[in-house]
Amino acid sequence: MSASLGKCCTVGDDEEHFLNSGVMSMEDCLLQMRGITKAFPGVVALDHVDFTLKSGEVHVLLGENGAGKSTLIKILSGAYRKTSGDILINGRNVEINGPSDAMRLGVSVIYQELNLNPFTPVYENIFLGREFRTSRGFVDRRRALQEAGRILEFLGTDIHPATLVKNLGIAQRQMVEIAKAMAVDSHILVLDEPTATLTDSETARLFSIIRNLKAKGVGIIYISHRMGELGEIGDRCTVLRDGQYVGTVELSDTSQDELIRMMVGRAIELGEGRTSCATDEVVMEVKSLEYGGTVRNVSFGLRRGEILGISGLVGSGRTELAKCIVGEYRKTSGEIFIDGRQAAIGCPRQAVDNGIIYISEDRKGEGLVLDQSVCFNIGLPSLDRFLKRGFIDRWQERSAASELLQRTNTKVPSIYTESRNLSGGNQQKVVISRWVLRGARVYIFDEPTRGIDVAAKEEVYGIMDQLVREGASIVMISSELPEILRMSDRILVMRNGSLSKTFEHVSGLSQEDILAYEVGD
Amino acid sequence: MRTKWVISLQAETRRRSLTRTIGMYLGLAGVIIVFALLSPYFLSVPNLLNILVQSSIIAIIAAGQTCVILTGGIDLSVGSIVAFASVSAGLMMRDGMSMLVVWIIVIAIGMSIGAVNGSVISFSGVPPFIMTLGMMGIARGAALALNGGMPVSGFPPHLERIASASVMGLPVFVVYTAVVYVIMAIVLNSTKTGRYLYAVGGNKPAARLSGVNVRAVEVVAYVFSGLFAAIGGMLLTARLNYATPLAGTGYELDTVAAVVIGGTALSGGKGGVTGTLIGALMLGTLRNGLTLLNVSSYYQQITIGFVIILAVFFDKASERGRE
Repeated sequence: MSASLGKCCTVGDDEEHFLNSGVMSMEDCLLQMRGITKAFPGVVALDHVDFTLKSGEVHVLLGENGAGKSTLIKILSGAYRKTSGDILINGRNVEINGPSDAMRLGVSVIYQELNLNPFTPVYENIFLGREFRTSRGFVDRRRALQEAGRILEFLGTDIHPATLVKNLGIAQRQMVEIAKAMAVDSHILVLDEPTATLTDSETARLFSIIRNLKAKGVGIIYISHRMGELGEIGDRCTVLRDGQYVGTVELSDTSQDELIRMMVGRAIELGEGRTSCATDEVVMEVKSLEYGGTVRNVSFGLRRGEILGISGLVGSGRTELAKCIVGEYRKTSGEIFIDGRQAAIGCPRQAVDNGIIYISEDRKGEGLVLDQSVCFNIGLPSLDRFLKRGFIDRWQERSAASELLQRTNTKVPSIYTESRNLSGGNQQKVVISRWVLRGARVYIFDEPTRGIDVAAKEEVYGIMDQLVREGASIVMISSELPEILRMSDRILVMRNGSLSKTFEHVSGLSQEDILAYEVGD
Repeated sequence: MRTKWVISLQAETRRRSLTRTIGMYLGLAGVIIVFALLSPYFLSVPNLLNILVQSSIIAIIAAGQTCVILTGGIDLSVGSIVAFASVSAGLMMRDGMSMLVVWIIVIAIGMSIGAVNGSVISFSGVPPFIMTLGMMGIARGAALALNGGMPVSGFPPHLERIASASVMGLPVFVVYTAVVYVIMAIVLNSTKTGRYLYAVGGNKPAARLSGVNVRAVEVVAYVFSGLFAAIGGMLLTARLNYATPLAGTGYELDTVAAVVIGGTALSGGKGGVTGTLIGALMLGTLRNGLTLLNVSSYYQQITIGFVIILAVFFDKASERGRE
């Protein structure tokens, strides 16, 4: 540790080292990230994480949601700035302060959401921002076409460079992204869940391209949850957990079970368990709900006084399921019954009227009106009860909001503080207070404790427990297995849009049991 | 009841950043001081009342524009609604229709145009800028077509009283403006509709998930805008004693300027009518003062252009300061 810090000073302090090309090549390491730490206000997202990438290697980055994989990649790609630590590329200490630095250093990231302009041809996308010029200063189309064709051929695809991107399938667009990375001579390529949307045959083609790149000496950082494919394509694997470095293993001699164990780790300190207060009375029933291809034939019942945990990886269709239930998304098919009667829910307003409310995982985007006060946000869905002859009784609103803040133990400077200025935990408690004031029969919490500190977490758990004791029911969507295990009376596991498992009892379950159904094959 | 109004206004002020509010008043005060120093006539009571009267029609229409901009939209059709309302009122009055009926019909016309704007915007997803740009042409063309492009005059004598009367020494236009602003301050701060306008403009998904009927709220905003544009058209006709299809040209940008100078964000969700009133007074004061100083209308336009940019510049600067 101290040795690496020392090295950082000698190399990093000296600008000349940076300018001299081809200085020391200490190892055959393409990329070394040492002691990378990233702290956000109140949360340490990465805590002294080490990562190395050799040339011609596929290095898998593995970890649960929130383990720190994407933070690490964002630091490498210049989207975030690291709090401390060193990044060495080809043995030289580098500072990556923005995406342009990353590009210059040969780092390309291919995200799940592809960034291509669908209305322009492939070759224009490949050379976007780096167009070839003719001697007169015009764009040299012929040369771009030729070069693009050469790169696409090297990758072993049959995409014609003049095709419009909108006429390509997802898999082909991914190839274009890879070609784009090759066009800038990237030697470090990050693939973020590249196979998530691919069919088996497309995946096979992607893998053959990855092998071509390996042969050329490109180092590939590969993020995926699909355990089955890791052994096929990956060489080494680094596991992160809760922002900590767990270890790096050779995939050829590591079993899937071992990897899961590394991801989950020792049972993380669980708080007090709860005692169930679930009844047998079914409050809400969802029958064969479908939403495009993202939610497939999901049916379940929710009982009064129950906390039903829904576990699954990001992208498994959990949020879409919740949004279909409250009418924010228009479900393709399926029915929802409330107290045995079919409920027509076409928009969130009708869901609220039926006593079903959804608390989004995205507090800022879908929860709070950030420019408005705490009081405004708490009162928003409950204004009817403060009306006196058509006008809002501000004193009554104010005292109701204060009372709720006290009940949820939310400490704000003033009830008129702009919500923007609150911490994540307090923002979440303000959103919850809003709905506790409104009152509902079914609360759907989506990632109720994401990004909030431990103390606030405990309080959120306390509020949830209180709500079910008062006769409400809760659906809790969460990626945090300890949270799922601690709070749920029953657990549904989602994978690729379907329910892959229902656990009727939680006692004795381990995180590994659940994770096995989340990742599957 | 009066204490309640005071409370509403205070609460609205609190919701905006304090620096911004103070800055706005200081800006207006600064402009007034400069003109007072440069022109001895500027601070006289008749001139000050004159400023208020000259600002009043823009101020009234800008109250409706504020509602639209609070939802994150914009209404470019207000100037044309003024003309359409003015010419149709003129024709009806010339034909001897009773004043009350004329008022009712004109207000209904304004609200209907607003409802069309709002409905197309919220249900079809045509952007507000495009929809109201189109409506700007349609309403202006309709105003021209109504009387073959000719102005209308020859109204009953009591029309003028709407404009020239005075209440307790105050010109009646000042009273109209005050009434509109008090009502709109209460609507925005103490009714469900008002709250929902802020919620929809501030965070549409959050408003929808909170059970707000987002589409209805958007329609209401444009209905308010159409309503006040129609009222503005009637008042303008009364003041000029003359209805022209070219009335209200440029009002869309004047009202947007008043709203923006008043600190309401074009992105929506932030601001209020108090600021808009200050913004409208700022525009009126600048025009009046510059005219008194014999500044040509060319340079007046340049000055007002700078003021609009400066107002938003300070807005953004104070936001950055808070982060």
